[in-house]
Amino acid sequence: MNSLEDLEKKINSELTTKINNSEIKHNQIYLETDKDDFLDVILFLKTNLDTKFRQLIDITVVDYPENNQRFQVVYLFLSHEFNQRLVLKYSISENEVIPSLTSVFPAANWMEREVFDMYGVNFKDHPDLRRILTDYGFEGHPLRKDFPLTGHSEVRYSEDQKKVISEPVKLEQNYRNFDYESPWEGTKYIKEEIENNDKKN
Amino acid sequence: MTKKIKNLNLNFGPQHPAAHGVLRLILELDGEVVEKADPHIGLLHRGTEKLIENKTYMQAVPYFDRLDYVAPMNQEHAFALAIEKILKIDVPIRAQYIRVVFCEIGRILSHILNVTTQALDVGALTPSLWGFEERETLMTFYERASGSRLHANYFRAGGVHQDLPKGLEEDISNFCDSFPKVINDLESLLTDNRIFKQRNVDIGIVSKEDALDYSFSGVMIRGSGVPWDLRKSQPYDCYEDLDFKIPVGKNGDCYDRYLCRIEEMKESVSIIKQCLSKMEKGPVKSLDGKISPPSKKDIKQSMEALIHHFKLFTEGYRVPKDEIYTAVEAPKGEFGVYLISDGSSKPYKCKIRAPGFSHLQSMDYLIKGHMLADVPAVLGSLDIVFGEVDR
Repeated sequence: MNSLEDLEKKINSELTTKINNSEIKHNQIYLETDKDDFLDVILFLKTNLDTKFRQLIDITVVDYPENNQRFQVVYLFLSHEFNQRLVLKYSISENEVIPSLTSVFPAANWMEREVFDMYGVNFKDHPDLRRILTDYGFEGHPLRKDFPLTGHSEVRYSEDQKKVISEPVKLEQNYRNFDYESPWEGTKYIKEEIENNDKKN
Repeated sequence: MTKKIKNLNLNFGPQHPAAHGVLRLILELDGEVVEKADPHIGLLHRGTEKLIENKTYMQAVPYFDRLDYVAPMNQEHAFALAIEKILKIDVPIRAQYIRVVFCEIGRILSHILNVTTQALDVGALTPSLWGFEERETLMTFYERASGSRLHANYFRAGGVHQDLPKGLEEDISNFCDSFPKVINDLESLLTDNRIFKQRNVDIGIVSKEDALDYSFSGVMIRGSGVPWDLRKSQPYDCYEDLDFKIPVGKNGDCYDRYLCRIEEMKESVSIIKQCLSKMEKGPVKSLDGKISPPSKKDIKQSMEALIHHFKLFTEGYRVPKDEIYTAVEAPKGEFGVYLISDGSSKPYKCKIRAPGFSHLQSMDYLIKGHMLADVPAVLGSLDIVFGEVDR
């Protein structure tokens, strides 16, 4: 498809109920689907002669801890033939296992390992689901919003034991997150106080 | 009598000069033939994406220098473009030219390093000595524009931090005149060199199909004969107005990728020349006081400028709720930023798509069936820098 509008129409007419929402912005197309449908959608996008999204650019997850379905899985695709980019998203809850894309796109292998490492999302049928970026024996999933920026443990060389050891983080001063928002627009704590007062009344 | 033969497991790195950084590669060898390669990465993981989520947009820029530290400004470019597109701000034309000049300087920096160290890995010492002299000159240009040789922190959303100092344009232009001779010298050492060809021709062949499947980009995909360059296909800044060619390989082996890099350097020189000739005086950053800081002179005289300055360097500018994926053609391939903003002055999420990550993961596919001695040659032609692979 030569224009994004045509592509959007085509996708919506072919996949009808499998697409929950579609939007064109920044010269890219953004689709929302469901966990059960996403494999069909991706297979269609890859093989259909009018779409030809042959290249998987990246896989990532966005963490929204306050949502029921906490994680939003994001796939980025590129079509060389039509020079178009596509973003496909769906939401899952914390302990859901999702199918792996490795059989469709070999490039998904490490991308899924990274998602597993950083967010703790599990993939079904992944050939080799190990941690990838963090240290051997690392615990926790660092890119989750509830993981502290400083981490839980630090590594140092112990002169007594003559080896590298890992121990809980000790900081002289905690990481400080200043609230710089304009006072006249209401900083966070003031906004919260106002909201609480409103609720009481 | 029968003897049982076991495959040998070999640890390549993490402290190996040909590993181009901190790569731990576990090789399973049958004699001298590689059966399996399992790269262990992450030894340089610094949590860049997590840190960016906790910094304002302006404070996040220096982290991009530290990804692919061989061509820092190309990364900053992707981030700056992402913010500009969400904020819908225009970049003054002079700033666009300056950014393109420095991106191309970054490309030359990166390609010199790659070509010469690849030669070093297969046994040629002289190219690296000659090449590094030129890199030093280029890094002086970086220093004169931004104040530091490596971690420039020069690009901003809406332009660049400051205008070029007096005389720099002339010096870059002089460099462009003298540099092609250095490329020719390098080529005379390598291109027809028997040993270099024996080590690189027909090694690590990537077919067109596999290049797509493994999500290759940049030289890795062009070496296999796919004419794909984001500067041409999805032009950003002023690339549209510039005239340059995209070198494409034929066989997709290490040697073709080397040739592509050499040709790309020549094209970069021509791009820089064009930019320098088209550049005119003018502003170098967005004039919107809510986004780019005021001049020192204004701060002394205007109350509004003072407030803007204070707000920009404490709270930072706010970016409306949106999401975007922007990619630039970095020297190593498609470098992308997937940015989600939530209306505050800090990104909600910033996923960095590094080309080296997907290139390195194909190591097993590329090296299977090759000899142990081909590992450095293939690794060299992948153009891996661990700053961006590990993030």
